[in-house]
Amino acid sequence: MSATAETLYARPRAAGRPAVSPLAVSGLLWLGAAALTHGVPDRNTGITDIAYTPQLAALQAGLGGALLAAGLLGGRLGRPGAALRRAGPWFALIAVLLAAWELLTAKLAVLPLPFFAPPQGLLEVYLDDWARLGLSLWHSVKLLAWGYLIGAALGVLTGISIGWWQQASYWIHPVLRFIGPLPATAWLPVAFFAFPSSWSASVFLIALATGFPVTILTWSGIAGVNKDYYDIARTLGASERFLVLKVAVPAALPHIFVGLFMGLGASFAVLVVAEMLGVKAGLGWYLSWAQGWAAYANMYAALLVMAVMCSSLITLLFRLRDRVLSWQKELVRW
Amino acid sequence: MVTSASRILATPPAAPVEGIRLDVEDVSHAFQLEGQPLPVLNQVSFSAAPGEFVALLGPSGCGKSTLLRLVAGLEHATAGAVRADDAPIRAPDPSRILVFQDPTLYPWRTVEANVALGLEARGLIKNQRHRVAEALDLVGLTGFESAYPRQLSGGMAQRVALARALVNEPRLLLLDEPLGKLDSLTRITMQGELLKLWQQARFTALLVTHDVEEALFLAERVIVFSDRPARIVADVAVDVAYPRHRGDPRLAELRHRILHLLGLDETW
Ligand SMILES: Nc1ncnc2c1ncn2[C@@H]1O[C@H](COP(=O)(O)OP(=O)(O)OP(=O)(O)O)[C@@H](O)[C@H]1O
Ligand SMILES: [Mg+2]
Repeated sequence: MSATAETLYARPRAAGRPAVSPLAVSGLLWLGAAALTHGVPDRNTGITDIAYTPQLAALQAGLGGALLAAGLLGGRLGRPGAALRRAGPWFALIAVLLAAWELLTAKLAVLPLPFFAPPQGLLEVYLDDWARLGLSLWHSVKLLAWGYLIGAALGVLTGISIGWWQQASYWIHPVLRFIGPLPATAWLPVAFFAFPSSWSASVFLIALATGFPVTILTWSGIAGVNKDYYDIARTLGASERFLVLKVAVPAALPHIFVGLFMGLGASFAVLVVAEMLGVKAGLGWYLSWAQGWAAYANMYAALLVMAVMCSSLITLLFRLRDRVLSWQKELVRW
Repeated sequence: MVTSASRILATPPAAPVEGIRLDVEDVSHAFQLEGQPLPVLNQVSFSAAPGEFVALLGPSGCGKSTLLRLVAGLEHATAGAVRADDAPIRAPDPSRILVFQDPTLYPWRTVEANVALGLEARGLIKNQRHRVAEALDLVGLTGFESAYPRQLSGGMAQRVALARALVNEPRLLLLDEPLGKLDSLTRITMQGELLKLWQQARFTALLVTHDVEEALFLAERVIVFSDRPARIVADVAVDVAYPRHRGDPRLAELRHRILHLLGLDETW
């Protein structure tokens, strides 16, 4: 009887731990992809030559070797090892997709160059043009930070004001209703001649795009605060300042964070448009510059950097929220 | 009526305060409900001497919580006057603390920070932080300082709300069914604690409750209200010395009388 129970319990555990570590498998796949990159000759049909094939192969081989080693070492790597193991299937999938991409572009030329750059094309951009890309990233982050922080701060302040003071609500609410729904990019032509520089105009546009959702959500957060919270604080001798800063704002914070997330998304959109049309720097500018020169590999490379940037910023905001709202029961994990 | 001299003090009063003298004179109150006036209180008059323990008893929805909100200064009576030590009550004041029917703790604050609220609001927290720990000890929640309200049981939350009030050393404590959410065992313990607190600190206490037995066990006077709009049906002096025994025949007699006043005595 107990033996049956034991095997019953043992079975799922055995199924959960396959004989071959997925990490080692993914390592082998990367090595296979490296062999493909190295072994099959490139088909140079396009205008641009395919370069950096050996470097790509070396990179793939290096990664494959490392993954294989990590897979064979198994549990001896501690916590980072465990995280790596969980990502094993993803490493495998990426190896396969990269190999397929390599095959379709560089090796078989099914997808025509230069519109579809091979993986080594991107590698070439990162190795040769990293200075310009890095500078563009820095410009984008700086512009975004200025616009977003100004917009978020003003949004929170405006939201609190209209949520708290009748007078503020009377004057600001109609303006908000009229102007808020207008996409910030519609102001672009006006902003570029109204502001002394295209950079300050872009800061304004990003702040505008961020400010609207932050204002609305902050306001609705303040308006939704349980009225008993105020009564309690008032009987305990709280001043109005205390009611705003220590009761209304903390109670509204979950809403405020929703606004901050929406604002961040909106700010990305405006950043790219502003950089493509006005500011002569940043990833948006790099993108349109690359397109103008038909440097498609540069475009994909910049797109990838941009994705990493946006994703990192969202992650950062999630981290901040998890810290500030740690008292909440269930939070979506990013 | 029982004088304070007859109270048995288990421990010498820690920091006895002077209780507030409360006068409720001819108070009537009505809410606006969908454009119609909804009368809730009807010419209610009573007084509480400094340090007196008065219980308010009445059917659900008759206006007891409303009366407490008027005394706390959170609302203004449509007619009549409410006075604390002969001064009309116009606004809330930390000398008069209301413990709400719901604990209504701030979910973003730990237990300790919730209890510290009043001290923080009045800028006393720097010098008097030790009182937070004392209040938590009083309600038996030492060790839960860093818990968040969502991690507490209903009874524990209610006790935190009580500690949040007591930490301010109120001169008038308004209690709106503070033990309503507790299980009957904790309730009995907490009744004893409440009594001890009152005997030590000498605040005036106004306790709203649905529980006739609780009112009679704790209070020196029980005021019985009618259905809405509430008016006073009877003002019953509980002439039994502390410490009281729940089985006291005099308490049973009073209980019968009050149930009769509420029209609930057919099962007696
Ligand atoms: N803010 C308000 N607006 C309109 N009506 C209200 C308001 N507050 C209370 N009332 C009404 O006043 C009446 C008395 O309410 P109150 O909360 O004082 O009753 P209560 O005696 O405390 O009842 P319970 O014992 O059930 O707590 C109820 O009919 C309620 O609907
Ligand atoms: Mg009530």
